[in-house]
Amino acid sequence: MAPTATKTVISAEALDLTFQTPDAPVHALKDVSLNIQQGDFVSFIGPSGCGKTTFLRCIAGLETPTGGKLTVNGMTADEARRARAYGYVFQAAGLYPWRTISGNIKLPLEIMGYSKSDQNERVARVLDLVELSDFGAKFPWQLSGGMQQRASIARALAFDADILLMDEPFGALDEIVRDHLNEQLLALWARTNKTIGFVTHSIPEAVYLSTKIVVMSPRPGRITDVIESPLPKERPLDIRDSPEFIDIAHRVREGLRAGHSND
Amino acid sequence: MSMVIAALGFWIAMWALNRRLANGAGANTRFIQLLVPAIFGLTILVVWELLVRGLEVPLVILPAPSQVMAKFFSEIPTLWLDFQQTFLKGALSGYVMGCGAAFLMAVLVDRYDFLKRGLLPVGNFVAALPIVGTAPILVMWFGFDWQSKAAVVVVMVFFPMLVNTVAGLQETTSMQRDLMRTYGAGYWPSLTKLRLPAAMPFIFNGLKISTTLALIGAIVAEFFGSPTMGMGFRISTSVGQLALDMVWAEIVVAALAGSAFYGVVAMAEKRLTFWHPSQRK
Amino acid sequence: MSRFAPVLTIVVAIFAFWYAAVPFMNVKETLTSLERAGAVVTPSNAVERRDASHIALVMKNSFAISATYAQDRPRLPAPHQVAQDLWKTVVMKKVTSKRSLVYHGWITLSATLLGFAIGTGAGILLAVGIVHSRAMDMSVMPWAIASQTIPILAIAPMIIVVLNSIGVQGLIPKAIISAYLSFFPVVVGMVKGLRAPDAMQMDLLRTYSASQGQGFWKLRLPASMPYLFASLKIGVAAALVGAIVAELPAGGARGLGGRMLTGSYYGQMVQIWSALVFAAVLAAALVLLIGLVQRRTLKRMGLA
Repeated sequence: MAPTATKTVISAEALDLTFQTPDAPVHALKDVSLNIQQGDFVSFIGPSGCGKTTFLRCIAGLETPTGGKLTVNGMTADEARRARAYGYVFQAAGLYPWRTISGNIKLPLEIMGYSKSDQNERVARVLDLVELSDFGAKFPWQLSGGMQQRASIARALAFDADILLMDEPFGALDEIVRDHLNEQLLALWARTNKTIGFVTHSIPEAVYLSTKIVVMSPRPGRITDVIESPLPKERPLDIRDSPEFIDIAHRVREGLRAGHSND
Repeated sequence: MSMVIAALGFWIAMWALNRRLANGAGANTRFIQLLVPAIFGLTILVVWELLVRGLEVPLVILPAPSQVMAKFFSEIPTLWLDFQQTFLKGALSGYVMGCGAAFLMAVLVDRYDFLKRGLLPVGNFVAALPIVGTAPILVMWFGFDWQSKAAVVVVMVFFPMLVNTVAGLQETTSMQRDLMRTYGAGYWPSLTKLRLPAAMPFIFNGLKISTTLALIGAIVAEFFGSPTMGMGFRISTSVGQLALDMVWAEIVVAALAGSAFYGVVAMAEKRLTFWHPSQRK
Repeated sequence: MSRFAPVLTIVVAIFAFWYAAVPFMNVKETLTSLERAGAVVTPSNAVERRDASHIALVMKNSFAISATYAQDRPRLPAPHQVAQDLWKTVVMKKVTSKRSLVYHGWITLSATLLGFAIGTGAGILLAVGIVHSRAMDMSVMPWAIASQTIPILAIAPMIIVVLNSIGVQGLIPKAIISAYLSFFPVVVGMVKGLRAPDAMQMDLLRTYSASQGQGFWKLRLPASMPYLFASLKIGVAAALVGAIVAELPAGGARGLGGRMLTGSYYGQMVQIWSALVFAAVLAAALVLLIGLVQRRTLKRMGLA
């Protein structure tokens, strides 16, 4: 790996976030501290309401923490958003139905002012990356759910952000499609050396994908365990039957259970 | 009397035919779906014709379809003149101005939350009012010619168009808006690339509602004063002369103009919002 | 408070604009009458005045501004003039007087309500027929939809005159037009509503082997209520418009439409405005009333 591998890209220190609701304030994040290095694949796992999505949205500058310190590429999260430091993949593909697949991938490029030729070149490259080269002229609603989600990943990759933030991107897909996309995502990560933040509530998915697994628990949303994965970077699907894999999965499950016993 | 019986018989026969077609095997084909209403429409015309002849209904009460058609074809120059005056000059120009102004206003209203919260309730209120009532006022202000008709149309289409467009501009999901924020997109990119396209189905809804309103406004405004031509003028003077075949011929023109106008807008909608679930095939 | 402040601001802005527009709209007539009364106006030449712009005339004759708000026959009456006229014709006159707006309003309202009741009843019946008979659906529905694109209001004068010539006068012809206008929105909305239950809900009733009647009373009809109320609001507004327009060719100068027409004949703008405001209040009240019934009904059904 490149020598920059140890550079810290995302750093959170004692992050706090309280939402004011009509009933009572909701403590979505409490005292969350975490460092993410360049090239890390970090999964956030935990039950609903544990703040994993909120934390990702804080990193993206879509929510503003009420306390603590958060830097992305050495800037505040909001500055990083304006500097277009990351690509974001949502739970649903969220492609515009009035644009073709190519048109959807061009959307961020148009907003960021890339030249026409550059746009076309990039669209072709990322379509190839997610194996959708033959579908550029199709409309989203003509594609399957899995293909739509791949297109939305391509959209997030189209501009050169080295951070990819993904909020349960495969949550709505069936198991078989999901396995396939997980494999593809790992291959893509290996090729691009991006830093990936990945929210999921599937233990096998988190263990299979990540170099670092962040276990979170609710009320208040907090980190209960951070597990560095000893698995090699090269991961065939059947690694999921190996003892190391099962070990980590076990530890994640323990962490989740410990978080719940506080209820 | 025999014609009345024939009318009754024809009605029963055609209804039986339609029942068979509608419940038959091919009922879902496009052809049958067009044929059934066509047969129904034709039945009404034939029954009408037979009843008027059979019962010897005087012309001043109800002309037969054949008489209306004869009048229609013999009076084409007059009808064309009226059509130009009422539809092209009055309704169409008012429609373009009214919808255009409402669209620009909607974009403005959407940008400023204060305007939105203030104007929308007022707009919703006004949209339900009998706005044709402004016709006598506007006729007095703008004179008898087409300008006053266009003004009535502007007032009539403005609020339905405004309310629909504003509703459309709010139609984006929070995820779509978040996506734009992750790109650090400002007001204009998110307006032109996200909110306007997403609003299209609503905008077209407003445009479609407005086609009918425009024609109604232009015709009714002529009841309050007009030059000696125009569809509303012709209807009210022909009614006075008990020339009901001419009134019906004018109604045929109004129906054709109204459905053609609507059809053109609906076709444009189909082309521009092909992506919307309601338009996909 | 925060909900009403913007609305209030807009309403105040509309009135402010209205007051500001009055001098410009009325300046020419005002100057003519002032000159006749002996005042010195610029320019003193009537032809020059006719060709001058309204803005320039107001600028040069600022002394006349207050007079523009007190014209007998203004082109644009000021809001307080309309209010005075409304006070005079609504509150001060006996309701049986032909000068009372309440009298004329009732004439229009009774036609509206009768027509609305007929149109709604017939509309619901046809919708039920359409939902239960495929032949009716395929024959009638396309025409019902197409008829909404046609300016039906145009035939109002003819219906009045024809019915008049066969001896039917007064309330009934106007009610027929109101009924006709409220009929189609109700048909289209009600058909949509009766078809609102999804396949799963219909299948559930089939597993109970419910009859068609049971399906109608227990599922289709309740499910159609939100749609019915939405089209009732459109229908009642259309019925009122129908009654007003129906009064135009009647010539009897009765009803709100009649008031508008006579006002337009005699250049009585204030009278037109009063009738218009009264009609607007009537429309708002009718829509509001239906909204109220809607809220109560849906609440009892647990839908709102």
